[in-house]
Amino acid sequence: MSKAAVIPNRSPAGEKTVSVAPLRPASAGTAGAPALAPRNTGFSAAFRHARYILGENAVTGFAFALFLVIVLAALLGPYLVPYDPLASDTAAALKAPSVAHWFGTDQLGRDVFSRVVVATRLDFLIAVASVALVFLMGGLAGVAAGFFGGWTDRVVGRVADTIMAFPLFVLAMGIVAALGNTVENVVLATAIVNFPLYARIARAEANVRREAGFVLAARLSGNGEMRILLAQVLPNIMPIMVVQMSLTMGYAILNAAGLSFIGLGVRPPTAEWGIMVAEGAAFMVSGEWWIAFFPGAALMIAVFCFNLLGDGLRDIVDPQRRT
Amino acid sequence: MLRMLAKRMLIAVPSLVGVVIVTFLLTRALPGDPAAYFAGPAATKEAIEQIRVKLGLDKPLYLQLMRYVGDLARGDLGNSLTTGQPVAHEIRTRLPASAELTLLGLIVAMAIAVPLGILAATRPNSLVDHLCRVISTAGVSLPVFFTGLILVYVFYYLLGWAPPPLGRLDVFFSPPPHVTGFYLIDSLIAGEGEAFAASLKQLVLPAITLGIFALAPIARMTRASMLAVLASDFVRTARASGLAPLTVVVTYAFRNAMLPVVTTLGMVFSFLLGANVLVEKVFAWPGIGSFAVEALIASDFAPLQGFVLTMAVMYVALNLLIDVLYGVIDPRVRIEA
Repeated sequence: MSKAAVIPNRSPAGEKTVSVAPLRPASAGTAGAPALAPRNTGFSAAFRHARYILGENAVTGFAFALFLVIVLAALLGPYLVPYDPLASDTAAALKAPSVAHWFGTDQLGRDVFSRVVVATRLDFLIAVASVALVFLMGGLAGVAAGFFGGWTDRVVGRVADTIMAFPLFVLAMGIVAALGNTVENVVLATAIVNFPLYARIARAEANVRREAGFVLAARLSGNGEMRILLAQVLPNIMPIMVVQMSLTMGYAILNAAGLSFIGLGVRPPTAEWGIMVAEGAAFMVSGEWWIAFFPGAALMIAVFCFNLLGDGLRDIVDPQRRT
Repeated sequence: MLRMLAKRMLIAVPSLVGVVIVTFLLTRALPGDPAAYFAGPAATKEAIEQIRVKLGLDKPLYLQLMRYVGDLARGDLGNSLTTGQPVAHEIRTRLPASAELTLLGLIVAMAIAVPLGILAATRPNSLVDHLCRVISTAGVSLPVFFTGLILVYVFYYLLGWAPPPLGRLDVFFSPPPHVTGFYLIDSLIAGEGEAFAASLKQLVLPAITLGIFALAPIARMTRASMLAVLASDFVRTARASGLAPLTVVVTYAFRNAMLPVVTTLGMVFSFLLGANVLVEKVFAWPGIGSFAVEALIASDFAPLQGFVLTMAVMYVALNLLIDVLYGVIDPRVRIEA
């Protein structure tokens, strides 16, 4: 978006834009610049702050680089790997890591490296989908609870308390077993067990902003409550919710992999980290460590990366909560 | 104290009601027709109808819920499809195995995490502090089943120190006479030293696996709350009065710093009970977690439902216990209640 285009968009009514336009012709970009200056410095200050944090905290920079690698593997993985992740070759079964098979081969002769890389997409998708889903469910319910209070608050609070009364992984197991053993239900179950966390944070943040100046101003200018909630309060708590999302990404991957480790969700020939560790588990006691090790290590690195990234993002967005 | 206890128990009641309703609804959510599901794949149409009447599935939902609550009150969790055994009996016999493992895991975690957190807090930015930070970030990133497998590979396959990861006791030993169901305690009561050593050997790896998993939140919380307490006025006063540094840290700071740590124990238990399922699968531990996993594989729903309910009730009870413990550590809480 060009700088000049911002001004007409931000003026309240159409006619006014016309009257303002002669004063700030679109061709003279410099004329518009002074008016935008405070906003601009806000952005660049945030950018400088982010760069400062990344420079200060090399770990966050490293996590960000790692995150890019994971995203690339998820996007391009299937086109880059040397072998078909599902093609078995019994002649080459249970081979230790070598030049031909970097991570060795499993009991069916499938290339572990190819399977680990290809699995990135599925694991990443499960995590992203469940986090997006819980943001929609928990985030919206929490914002509504904090903003409206009253019975909305009580209902959301009661639902969250009931979910919290279960050990979370156990509840996820029960949900997937009851709804049916599919990947979609793993996503749903992971989202449900994270619901209380999102609902509570969104509720607390919305509650503080309930009578904030900008909310009162919006109300005074005739906005409906629902509109204020969605257009004013929700965007305002987004930074904190985004931090929360990146912090729970790691947990979501762990949860999904744990479920597929015990046979829920993803079905065998599919390449997925949890199920690959489960398949390799039996070979651990007879010394073929690579079948379970590499997918497990990939899982660990991904979760570690998300946790570091979440911590780093929190430092940028909400420095007071730094531990 | 008694009044506080009664009050806390009342607070736990809505949680329990919620738990029962959710586990009931989980059966309702079964894909397809629950009657056909419970009848098994080979059932005829009449058999399914019979089961529907027998399970009360032809009645309205609230009557079914009442029937479910009635069964629960009598301790009836239904029967397993695969073994035909009552689920309640199976869970009762397997529960000690899980409890022994989980408690030992928690002890391992506390034994490492609390001193580590205290050391890190008393020496900010030292090597111990950095170690604490690395461990608490790495600890939450480790998939618990992966840690378990690595430990098995290193300590069983490579070094040969640990016994094979196959259950609670070597096949050459018979379990000690049943008193508590905890093999460690039972073998001591029976005076069987070898059985004690054998069951301890089996327990070490799974307990450490669980311990590593639970370590991170405890260490992080201990460090943070010790830091806050050490900066407070009463610690400064104690120091100024010339008390020995160790007395200040242990007697004054530690007791106050334990409060937030005890609160996080609730969350730690939620993790531990879930992780327990995965660890039991890795070590072929005959607890309720592996019971649930076996039921999952056989699509046997009654045991799974019983398992979810048992775990949730235990978790509510543990949270109650933590609240009481909180009152013991901090008398102010008792007075307010």
